[in-house]
Amino acid sequence: MDEARIVRRGLGPRLWLAGGWLLLVLLAAIFAPLVAPQDPLAQDLMLERLPPFWLDGAEPGYWLGTDSLGRDLLSRLIFGGRIAFIVAFAAAIAACLVGSTLGLIAGYFGGWADRIISRIVDIWMAFPPVLFAILLVAVLGTGLSSVILAIAIIDWTRFCRVIRAEAMGQARMDYVENARIAGYGRIGIMLREVLPNVLPSIVALLSLEMGIAVIVEAILSFVNLSISTDDPTWGGIIAEGRLSIHQAWWVLVFPLVTLILTVLSFSQFGEALKTRFDPVLR
Amino acid sequence: MSACLDITNLSAVLANGQRVLRSVSLSLQPGEVRALVGESGAGKTMIGKAVLGVLPSSVRIVEGNMSLEGEDLGRLQPRARRTLIGARTALIPQDPLTALNPSRRIGPQMTDRLVRILGWNGDKADKRVRQLLDEVQIRDPDRVLKSYPHELSGGMRQRVLIAAAFAAEPRLIVADEPTTALDVTVQKQILRLIADLQREHGTAILFVTHDLGVVAKISQKVSVLYAGKVVEEADTARLFEAPLHPYTRALMAATPRYTDPFASLKPVDETVLAGLAAEIAAADQTWRHLHG
Repeated sequence: MDEARIVRRGLGPRLWLAGGWLLLVLLAAIFAPLVAPQDPLAQDLMLERLPPFWLDGAEPGYWLGTDSLGRDLLSRLIFGGRIAFIVAFAAAIAACLVGSTLGLIAGYFGGWADRIISRIVDIWMAFPPVLFAILLVAVLGTGLSSVILAIAIIDWTRFCRVIRAEAMGQARMDYVENARIAGYGRIGIMLREVLPNVLPSIVALLSLEMGIAVIVEAILSFVNLSISTDDPTWGGIIAEGRLSIHQAWWVLVFPLVTLILTVLSFSQFGEALKTRFDPVLR
Repeated sequence: MSACLDITNLSAVLANGQRVLRSVSLSLQPGEVRALVGESGAGKTMIGKAVLGVLPSSVRIVEGNMSLEGEDLGRLQPRARRTLIGARTALIPQDPLTALNPSRRIGPQMTDRLVRILGWNGDKADKRVRQLLDEVQIRDPDRVLKSYPHELSGGMRQRVLIAAAFAAEPRLIVADEPTTALDVTVQKQILRLIADLQREHGTAILFVTHDLGVVAKISQKVSVLYAGKVVEEADTARLFEAPLHPYTRALMAATPRYTDPFASLKPVDETVLAGLAAEIAAADQTWRHLHG
């Protein structure tokens, strides 16, 4: 009885709200050509800076208004969500795989493996991340894959540090020693005994990292270093909106709100998932 | 017939050169229950860990032999040693909370070892585990096997661990203060359970404890440890009747009795400790002399 109640509270509105928003953006992004009311690239100077639908002078079919080139803001946000989500998933998963593997090895094996990996992490973290990203994209060239690669290269340390600490704690537990006595190999113990116990943290971090990847992608496109300037990205729209803030605030505000909600949802979703995954907290 | 466990002259040091085990010799016959007593830090647990091959990396064995049923552990390749230890020994740990993997259900945790290490098939392992759960008086094995460790009480978890230790029919079990982390009422049941299973299965047990009351109940022989050195070894009955070493006597005097707990509590006498310190120093002197 008690347990059921705790589970339900753990799920709570947090998971539903965060998950709901993410699902909404994800579906819109996947079916962007079907959902978007207009062509996100179509310019029409007759329709420039139309306000959102509830204000005077709004045109039907342009729900959130248009930017200074007459492009439909909602459609651009939807197509921008596509890029944001591709980057979020690909970059976060890549960073997670590299970082968690190294963290698990460093934490469980300790000794030399730990010393080497930890020094690399220390050096890595001495770079200011955003500058590092800008530098990487400048070197790798703009484009979707460079953005993904850059984020993964910068952010694997985030996983590595946390998972190392967790694996270290688990490695000291008696059940790991018991598995040693029973005759299991080291790698087998790492995967079967330690990994399941750090998995909740990996899941939470993964979700958090997706939010961070969305932010970094927005920063890169804000400074015009993401992908080609034609493609609508949230950061790019924010950059454009900044220029016309006094004539058309909505071009700045809507992408900002979308960005904030998405990043917040990712982190909340991660926390909620962690509680769900953890048999002890559950 | 060769001894179940034979330790001769085992010495171990920490990284800073401090000795934690001083030429320990110990021999267990098959089916014998041997108590290792001593205060905290006397090296009781260290001996258990050395036998099971899980000494912390800071502790190094510098001298001595250990053999398990006649097989010299020092001569085996690491892989073969692990397999031998895995097949012939088991541990009943001190803290039943951390000795079970919190994210795996009890069932697979118990059967895994039989399937993977001993190569049994799943059905046989499952049957065996249920039989053992019955022997440790767990009446609803289905529920327990499906539970996560945190869903069971401390006493239940310790029962599960005892069942798991006996499941693979080891020849030797190291019980590392298996009752210390439990409530007093549960302690008795668990102790009786270990004694019953030991008798039925004929397993030798190295019983690490600081509780002389436990020693009297369960063991045939006792080794008293102080600062990593065996100061007295005797049959349990004889030890309680006529302890020879002053430290053993002092240890007994320091054990509370239920009839008059406060009057019977005496700290170990200082002259005894001084005598021990001299004894240890002399032993170290000879050791240094021999090992340069």
